[in-house]
Amino acid sequence: MTTEAARGPGTAAGGSRELVLGRIRAALAGRPPGERPGDVPVGRGYLDVHTDEDPAALAELLARHLTEYRAAVHRTDRSGLPAVLAGLLAARGSRTVVVPPGLPGHWLAGTTGVEQLHDEKDLLTPALLDAADSVVTGCALAVAETGTLVLDAGPGQGRRALTLVPDHHICVVEAPGQVVASLPRALPRLDPARPLTWISGPSATSDIELDRVEGVHGPRTLDVVITGPE
Amino acid sequence: MSRTFVGMPAFPRAAREAVRDRTLRNNLRRATHTIREKRAGAVAELADWEQLRQAGKEIKDRTLRHLDHYVLQLEERVTAAGGTVHWAADATEANRIVAELVRATGEREVVKVKSMATQETGLNEALAAEGITAYETDLAELIVQLGRDRPSHILVPAIHRNRSEIWDIFRAEMGRWGRPAPDGLGDEPAELAEAARLHLREKFLRARVAVSGANFMVAETGTLVVVESEGNGRMCLTLPETLITVAGIEKVVPTWRDLEVFLQTLPRSSTAERMNPYTSTWTGVRDGDGPRHFHLVLLDNGRTATLADEVGRQALRCIRCSACLNVCPVYERAGGHAYGSVYPGPIGAILSPQLRGTESGIDASLPYASSLCGACYEVCPVAIDIPEVLVELRERVAGQAGHRAERAAMRAGRWVLEDPARLARAQRAASAVRGLVPRRIPLPGPAGAWTASRDTPQVPAESFRAWWAGRGAGGAEPGGPDQDRREPGPGGGRREHGTDRGRPDHGTEEER
Repeated sequence: MTTEAARGPGTAAGGSRELVLGRIRAALAGRPPGERPGDVPVGRGYLDVHTDEDPAALAELLARHLTEYRAAVHRTDRSGLPAVLAGLLAARGSRTVVVPPGLPGHWLAGTTGVEQLHDEKDLLTPALLDAADSVVTGCALAVAETGTLVLDAGPGQGRRALTLVPDHHICVVEAPGQVVASLPRALPRLDPARPLTWISGPSATSDIELDRVEGVHGPRTLDVVITGPE
Repeated sequence: MSRTFVGMPAFPRAAREAVRDRTLRNNLRRATHTIREKRAGAVAELADWEQLRQAGKEIKDRTLRHLDHYVLQLEERVTAAGGTVHWAADATEANRIVAELVRATGEREVVKVKSMATQETGLNEALAAEGITAYETDLAELIVQLGRDRPSHILVPAIHRNRSEIWDIFRAEMGRWGRPAPDGLGDEPAELAEAARLHLREKFLRARVAVSGANFMVAETGTLVVVESEGNGRMCLTLPETLITVAGIEKVVPTWRDLEVFLQTLPRSSTAERMNPYTSTWTGVRDGDGPRHFHLVLLDNGRTATLADEVGRQALRCIRCSACLNVCPVYERAGGHAYGSVYPGPIGAILSPQLRGTESGIDASLPYASSLCGACYEVCPVAIDIPEVLVELRERVAGQAGHRAERAAMRAGRWVLEDPARLARAQRAASAVRGLVPRRIPLPGPAGAWTASRDTPQVPAESFRAWWAGRGAGGAEPGGPDQDRREPGPGGGRREHGTDRGRPDHGTEEER
């Protein structure tokens, strides 16, 4: 490796950084001196929400929009959750399930005959994840208007690969606490420093004749369990 | 600098060939009409669409006007979060940076997320020259790569291919790149998608280096955003050890909050969905989750030249949704390849000549690849006035060498119009010989392209000015009884500039 390459091409050491910045400044020469970015007006006349924010209505809307994008939605109360999860794993015929750190222990208490793969000290390799039948997680929040689940790698969700490689993802949404109406409601509740995955239905493509087909690289089956209060 | 497709003829010739290809026209018409109606439905769901569009425009305008500030802020935040930022003045430099970063890992292959920026720089070819194989993982990009083809649409680069053509390509080519297509493969889209899943799976699971683009880069947090559907993006952004992202400097947005606008407008404009299946955001590197090394290559490659033009600058607002392609009557008939650039359609007609300059035949002809119907402006989620920029670029092209005859004709016209007496003499002369003017006047050379498709205007027996002057001398008043109804009322009467816009000419029914 040459000295130049060792220093790293195009890095702050010089080269094109100053060139590009100089070009940007030259292109903006017509800008009045002293103008600050905030002086350029940005109107935000758009709506914060497009829907009724009643908690029951939001859970209903979330369920409808997820279903329209081919996720299977199941409703239960908190005490019914273990039985619903056990039923979904059994219906799928899953023999192994990936369990992220921090998943509440009782969620899988009703599940028998399914090996739990915990992603703890020895992280699961991509090959092990590929061979796993299902993964069960919670989420950071869900957006009703767009039918979106947001995972932030927090407790009960795990690192991003866990919900990506297995072909079957079961995601639990706790209503009403985790359900928001809209994107303007969602963003302030999310921490951009964490890696976020926004999921709206199972993997899909429109690349052949602009016709939507479900199921490419991400999980092809997405089960969403919305739990209500007791 | 930026590459044109090698040997690309100017738009009119390329388009003429494409229009003769009936399979291509049918594929395109079917696909664009489907998505057009769906988009309109997705947009109609939001009562505040116009406000979202306006906010998107203003956020981008603020960013561009203070791009130096925001790019520096982004660099600082990405670096603070553990990423390394590189600056590339042009395509060659960007490709060299990526090649050196890949070589430093000791790897010989990379997986790629669909990225317009690396299409623009010709990264795959540059890597191949260094002995590095780049695997495209987006389904449409895979179809283009396997078919040794060129992209023809921003969102769906293989839009010009129908299912049976894709079936042919998969069966013939997959085996040369890795796992072959399954035996008994059918041409249903679901089966073709399954074949792509199997073909790419082994590549994702063993990949150690990935290359991506970015839809947005948030300056205040150093967060990058990739919007996708298939999950190939998540695979590339999550599984490898090293991630290299190449993005144009105009992809920056000031704040995290700004995403609330674009994540509403982009999916609805692009795939007509309330939200695309997967969006990934990441900030630098994170222990135990995702790549351990993250490099961001900030690309200029003509963007600063575009920024310098205060009218043309608005092209840099583009969020690559491709709604303008799907609605354009010219794109629908000519197809994406005729534009001679990875950016086809109306946005390509204003972006390519600005990024690359207007010297080449194809770039000088692109500003004319439009009927100025304005449908593109109507659907643009960041309100880029594409017709306005087209007209500005036409002026620029007309001002360069090679337009002597046109300028001479304009000068002659100006000389006649400047003086009322000269104009009157010219009009009398025209009326006197009106019986001799043929319906068509075939002009020699390039002007022939204009006259070949146009009738000569009919010269009236008497000019309006002559008729008006004669009328005062006691002549009839043909317009008299209608005068009152024609009186321009407040706000009425005179046609406002631009009222023709938003009515694309879809009138011509094509052959089936």
